[in-house]
Amino acid sequence: MIAARTFGVTGLALCLSSSLRAQSAIRRELVWGGDAEGGAPFVEADPANPSRVRGFDVEVAERIARGLGRRGTRFVQVQWSSIDQSVERGDFTLGLSGVEDTPVRRARHAVTMPYFEFREVLAVRPEDADRIHGLADLRSRRVATLGATIAYDLLVAARDSMGLVPLSYDDDVHPYADLIAGRVDAVLLDHIIAQRALRRGGGTGFVILAQPVALGHYVGVFARADSILRDSVDAVLREAMRDGSLEQIFRRWDVWDQSQGALFERAVRANAAPAGTAAASHALAYLPSLARAAGVTALVSVLSMLLAVIVGLVLASARVYGPGWLRVSTTVYVEVIRGTPLLLQLFVIYYGLAGVVRLPALLAAVLALGLNYAAYEAEIYRGALEAVARAQLEAARTLGLSELQILRLVRGPQALRFALAPMTNDFVALLKDSSLVSVITVVELTKQTAIYATNVGSWVVPGVLCAAVYLAMSLPLARLARRLERRWRPAA
Amino acid sequence: MSALLAIDRLTVRYDSREVLRALSLEVAPGEIVALMGPSGVGKSTALRAVAALQPFDEGRIVVDGFALAPGPVPPESLLVPLRRRVGLVFQAHALFAHLCALDNVTLALRHVLGQSRSEAEEVAAKLLASLDVGTRAAAWPSQLSGGEAQRVAIARALAPNPPLLLMDEPTAALDPARRSALGATLHQLSKEGRGLLIATHDTEFARGHADRVVTLTA
Repeated sequence: MIAARTFGVTGLALCLSSSLRAQSAIRRELVWGGDAEGGAPFVEADPANPSRVRGFDVEVAERIARGLGRRGTRFVQVQWSSIDQSVERGDFTLGLSGVEDTPVRRARHAVTMPYFEFREVLAVRPEDADRIHGLADLRSRRVATLGATIAYDLLVAARDSMGLVPLSYDDDVHPYADLIAGRVDAVLLDHIIAQRALRRGGGTGFVILAQPVALGHYVGVFARADSILRDSVDAVLREAMRDGSLEQIFRRWDVWDQSQGALFERAVRANAAPAGTAAASHALAYLPSLARAAGVTALVSVLSMLLAVIVGLVLASARVYGPGWLRVSTTVYVEVIRGTPLLLQLFVIYYGLAGVVRLPALLAAVLALGLNYAAYEAEIYRGALEAVARAQLEAARTLGLSELQILRLVRGPQALRFALAPMTNDFVALLKDSSLVSVITVVELTKQTAIYATNVGSWVVPGVLCAAVYLAMSLPLARLARRLERRWRPAA
Repeated sequence: MSALLAIDRLTVRYDSREVLRALSLEVAPGEIVALMGPSGVGKSTALRAVAALQPFDEGRIVVDGFALAPGPVPPESLLVPLRRRVGLVFQAHALFAHLCALDNVTLALRHVLGQSRSEAEEVAAKLLASLDVGTRAAAWPSQLSGGEAQRVAIARALAPNPPLLLMDEPTAALDPARRSALGATLHQLSKEGRGLLIATHDTEFARGHADRVVTLTA
């Protein structure tokens, strides 16, 4: 009896609070998130008033707010790849910024009906236009796109079936820049993005193939718990399709075409959205690509360390044995490299040098990491060389060994004992720093994990998996460093 | 000049302080000369100057016809004849910590004299055996006792077969039994015709084993 009464009171309180919440929600503004960095025609800072945003997604958000009877809209800037996580975190209510309709997104979040149909189109250099007609013509060629998109998934699938080489970028500007520069052979992206890139370049530099590779849709995304609000928004969208207000928005931004008309017709007729697939099977599907990315991380790290050791040895020898001017210039190198961010060095080597020499991404990554770590290695070796006891060197001299022989047979081997433990520590650090090279399109472990996390809409499983792989690579090294330190501790 | 080593008015200054003033001495083949005096009087400095490990300011050093002049130490490439003539046993042995006893001895044989590994190892093994450390060939320097390390160091210095052997405080870390054993070793070496110059502050050892004693005073 008491239990029943308690339940009754609690139930009443719940009803009251939820109706109060609903009341206040009606008067609230619609808080929506998007990425103004993505730019026009989706969302961009208004040139007339950069504190405001404009674009067709801005107007769609305003139309939705009107339809919901909200006071207005408030825009929250969020990185495009983080929209899903941010909407679940409650940073804003609605994510809307060229958000793609994917099965995974539908499974993880409350997703609106599609309000725009886009075509995944290929862009190629003009001279390739009569040779390349689709993905099948791009075997073993490099094809760029934006990471964590349907286009990227298409390319990964095509890698396995057709042997092309997918490259993932963090933004949608550099793929086209690299296409013109000859670094990649094609770009696969939404037709709106492709057309915008073409306009930006004055209509030259590349051509867009007429035949689309696939179709996709833009949707709004809500937190999973907001499915009721989502249903209301679907009703607003359907009304906006029916009354022509959505068409007006798209026409204003010059993105209206026949396929939108067909989409609207279908949407108004059928209410249901396509169902999503199970997320668990998706996690398994990502394991091979994670393994491949871990391989890239290991490869980049090992090659970079090799370069760092060789260059570091040369630098250290120059600092210890070289004439004055050489000592000064190696010191300058070491201090400049250690005093500036690795990220900056990566950009300079990959993009900055592009006018002089166009390095492939992997080579640029190895060069940047290797030359950066060489500065640290040089300091380790210099310290180690100077730590070798003078009497050992004098003993070698009295035996008649030349300076070079002393370095090779006595000083070097002894310095190596001092250097091995700190070197191993550096290698562990490099392993983790190698994640930075994703900014120049190398998909290594961390980048692949980010893509995975974006697609499944959660960092929990991908994060744990990624951490486990890094630990599996670094823990044995750390152990080795400790063992070497114990075994080769210099005798007192 | 029949002297193996002739030091003539050797003077060494650190900054303006005279560490060694006008030292003159000679060592003939087969002769053991002890260089005596209290600590800090310049005994080690004299040996280091003879081994061209440090410059001197005045005087002249001639080792078996090879002369060293005052001024900076010449580059190693010009010292090759000297290196063939002089062996130095350091006070703290200074064995190469990364090489076993045998490899400490073979290093110069292989890389200076150009012997093959097997040749060098044969010579080194004989040397170690003659100095009573043949069984310690595979040991690391850190595993050797003070006396063993010293004998390996002597073997290393003797490997290139220099006519002149310099030793810095050889009895510093030895018990009485080892001291007399060392004395016997030195006599053996002098019998082979080598000249020995031994810096020591051990009066008893010097009187017992040296043919001649040169005493430095502060």
